[in-house]
Amino acid sequence: MELVLSLGIGVLVGSGVWLLFRPRTYQVIIGLALLSYAVNLFIFSMGRLTVNAPPVVQAGAEIDPAAFADPIPQALVLTAIVIGFATTALFLVVLLASRGLTGTDHVDGKEPER
Amino acid sequence: MSNENLLLYLILLPFMGSILAALLPANARNAEAWLSAGVAIAAFIIVICLYPWVTDGGVVRYTITWLPELDLNFTLRADGFAWMFSVMITGIGFLVVLYARYYMSPKDPVPRFFSFLLAFMGAMQGMVISGNIILLAIFWELTSIFSFLLIGYWHHNAAARDGARMALIITGIGGLCLLVGLMILGHIVGSYELDDILAAGDTIRQHSLYLPALLLILTGALTKSAQFPFHFWLPNAMSAPTPVSAYLHSATMVKAGVFLLARLWPVLSGTDEWFFIVGLAGMSTLLLGAFFAIFQQDLKGLLAYSTISHLGLITTLLSLGSPLAAVAAIFHMINHATFKASLFMAAGIIDHEAGTRDMRKLSGLFSFLPITATLAMVASAAMAGVPLLNGFLSKEMFFSETLEQHRASLLDGVAPYVATIASAFAVTYSVRFIHTVFFGSKPANLPREPHEPPRWMRVPIEFLVLVCLIVGIIPGLTIGPYLHTAVVSVLGEHTPEYSLAVWHGINTPLIMSFVALASGLVFYWILRGYLAQGADGPPLIRNLKGKRVFEEILVTISWRWARWMESHFGTQRLQPQLRLVIFVALAAGFWPFYAANTDMSLSVFTDIDPVFAIIWVIGIACALGAAYQAKYHRLAALILMSGAGLVTCITFIWFSAPDLALTQLVVEIVTTILILLGLRWLPKRYEKIDNNDALTARIRRYRDFLIAVACGGGMAMMAYIIMTRPLPDTISGYFVEQAYPQGGGTNVVNVILVDFRGFDTFGEITVLGIVALTIFALLRRFRPAPDSIEIPEQQRIQNAYDDANVNREVGETAHEYVKIPSVIMQWMFPFIIVLAAYLFLRGHDLPGGGFAAGVTMATGFLLLYISGGTRWMEDRLHILPMRWIGFGLIIAASTGIGSWLFGFPFLTSHFYYLEVPLIGKVPLASALFFDLGVFALVVGATALILIALAHQSIRSHRTRAAEITKQEENH
Repeated sequence: MELVLSLGIGVLVGSGVWLLFRPRTYQVIIGLALLSYAVNLFIFSMGRLTVNAPPVVQAGAEIDPAAFADPIPQALVLTAIVIGFATTALFLVVLLASRGLTGTDHVDGKEPER
Repeated sequence: MSNENLLLYLILLPFMGSILAALLPANARNAEAWLSAGVAIAAFIIVICLYPWVTDGGVVRYTITWLPELDLNFTLRADGFAWMFSVMITGIGFLVVLYARYYMSPKDPVPRFFSFLLAFMGAMQGMVISGNIILLAIFWELTSIFSFLLIGYWHHNAAARDGARMALIITGIGGLCLLVGLMILGHIVGSYELDDILAAGDTIRQHSLYLPALLLILTGALTKSAQFPFHFWLPNAMSAPTPVSAYLHSATMVKAGVFLLARLWPVLSGTDEWFFIVGLAGMSTLLLGAFFAIFQQDLKGLLAYSTISHLGLITTLLSLGSPLAAVAAIFHMINHATFKASLFMAAGIIDHEAGTRDMRKLSGLFSFLPITATLAMVASAAMAGVPLLNGFLSKEMFFSETLEQHRASLLDGVAPYVATIASAFAVTYSVRFIHTVFFGSKPANLPREPHEPPRWMRVPIEFLVLVCLIVGIIPGLTIGPYLHTAVVSVLGEHTPEYSLAVWHGINTPLIMSFVALASGLVFYWILRGYLAQGADGPPLIRNLKGKRVFEEILVTISWRWARWMESHFGTQRLQPQLRLVIFVALAAGFWPFYAANTDMSLSVFTDIDPVFAIIWVIGIACALGAAYQAKYHRLAALILMSGAGLVTCITFIWFSAPDLALTQLVVEIVTTILILLGLRWLPKRYEKIDNNDALTARIRRYRDFLIAVACGGGMAMMAYIIMTRPLPDTISGYFVEQAYPQGGGTNVVNVILVDFRGFDTFGEITVLGIVALTIFALLRRFRPAPDSIEIPEQQRIQNAYDDANVNREVGETAHEYVKIPSVIMQWMFPFIIVLAAYLFLRGHDLPGGGFAAGVTMATGFLLLYISGGTRWMEDRLHILPMRWIGFGLIIAASTGIGSWLFGFPFLTSHFYYLEVPLIGKVPLASALFFDLGVFALVVGATALILIALAHQSIRSHRTRAAEITKQEENH
């Protein structure tokens, strides 16, 4: 399981980084989205992988923390997902505004000289 | 009212007054003055009331714990020394307010002036009674900021702006150094509480970090007190209104530096480093300040340099390390404040009445302003150290201290000579001030005909001069006990025997005084002619101006270096910059693999679930596909990206994170819609046309590919290594155990978000709101490009059909074409609201919560927009996203503040179970209200973003319609 997830994270990071280096704004936004999946998964995996033990406790029962998945990375990632949405939206609007203003979708706001 | 609370009021009063003063109308001079004077006098009375508790080394303390774990508390601590300063701050503050009432012209915007002045009073007051050194540093910086605002009060004047900026930069940098120094001090002692630090003198002096701490703290103190070589900001701050100069730049703020030196004197002084650094700075300031003061042509400039010199005197006294010298230093702080404040006010009157401060133009004013002149004469005699005035007493003490041997060194040897010479210079500039301004020929070419100022404008000066006289004649009966209170609180058991008598018999200090008086007079007689003609500034080194050096440094750092950095490291292009960032990140990521001592092998192998593996094969294919297609096939790339997101979501479910999966799912939906909305404004891109197969482009792609592979491989390796190692002990166990007993919820993740770490969440939703508003603002200002895609053929045919039929409107058919889906979507709306409510309510105990519910709710609105179109939707239901955002923030914040009402810290949550008939026990935690705030804000932010984008499409329709009409008109 760990191996599969690590490979998945690796590919997401690789694809994301590749897209970050591309010249078109749309490529960059997709790259950032892929990177944020990878980073969220990575942070999430820092709590190790646990199957069938969501951190939802029984009210009033004796609690053994080891029997539940680690809630901290989950809490961190939850807020990260929402903030990630906000920044993606911001970037989208900036790229649309930049395209409207400069007439190109190149990341530098002007077409490269060939 | 207990005495501890008095301390709090002492700080709150001026700040409240400041806010009130800012709200008064611009021409309310009298109301402003009454308010400010009332605040100052009330604060003064509070200070007086505190006196019984601070005598004999008594201390009044007031503590509000803030972060006790980090030893960061709001601690106020008043002892005799702080009390003495408080008297000066509030007392002279009152006099300055009175003076300012008459000084400020009716044309000046006085609310700003009095508001800043009161705020400064609060900051200064806070600084002297801070019982926690971090708090002290904060108030310290506040005084710098208010000083900046006050110096720059007449901001139409370039000199005022420059002076203000210079003062802020110098004292601000000093303040930052001070903060670091105090943090080191706190680290050495293990506490930031002033009481603990004062008790740990030996530990501090013997610690290896003593020297760095000392240097940093001294930088702070010496910049603030305008000591050489940082002195030059003070003369340039003289473009401030004169009440400000009298208050900040003679009596209070510049005293902050020497205040701190005296405050920390018991723990920092007595070492060689202290003696040489402080002594050298003090003595050179004493001498140079006095020398420069002689050659100033501006009245206030003279007083400013004299202030620098007198502060140098105090610094020198503190450097000596002997208790008697410290007594003299504290005594001189009071004396200097009284005579210098009155002199500044007198200078202000002269400026006010004669219209100029240039001593080359002023002369013979005695007959016009006899009373002011007399007062100024007494005050400057005190400044020169004439017997029977307060300045004489502390100067005598200074002389006798310089005669003592403290450390066998050259500095010790020259001290008496430096003291005598500087004192002679002080006589020279004092005499010059009086003689040039008030005597000599009748003034010619004055801008105004001078006469005595209003009665009440002179009262502050009269009072201060009276203090100079009384203290100078009968010191033991007047200032004696109060000085003793201040001295005891600093020196404690080391308090020496000292005598405040005017007459000690004929001894060396007295002889030194007379030598200084006589030679000062002679010196003035010699220089008289030169000074009347001379240019501004001392001879020979007139061009060596601290100001010029400062400007040079500023330009070098903020312009030349910045340009150099920009041209070498910056780039006009994003891609190289991103490469640099990623490369650094990559290096930082690989570093631990080399540096770590632990086992880094990948040998541990775990079993693979085939289903999970297949899911990730799809996920990986999606990621690669998205990367491959993003340039030419945007829609495909978006779908593939969502595929990867979906796999991420499944992974969360698989590994016991239902909350994450839920949030990821709903966020995925809105992200996709958002990008879909944006697609129409991106330009077309054809693979065949711009296919670049040049060698350089290929090399660039190979390089990027290698970096990407390295990054991905590194991350995969790191993730795998960490995941196959056991989890060390974390605080997670605590959260799991305490979620129910303390947070009243069984969903641990939600309890962490809305309860344990509620403050973080509060910050986060604030960010979310800000981002949404930014997007809204951006879209109001900027237009997207025109649509890249023409209307599809099908829609054109439908529109043409509508056009041809008389009883149909254009767009009707297109709309009817999706009638069934849109009806379904509209019918789903109530169900979505119920779903959101369900997710929200169960959130505390089961997967769900404000975030997921908020995005779900927003999705509901969105569906309506999609099905009916923007206009249809807004005719029926007007969502006010900004209200939602504001409402959410207010609810979240007031839930937090609510806990204050019950005496708990911000955002302490409370819960109980409510017995509802039929339904049974319902958990009711205050955190639920907080979550309601989160929910409302998320709804608002998401809806605002999406609606703002949706509106762009209406806008482009409008522009297109306008273009078409224009074209038709042309035809």
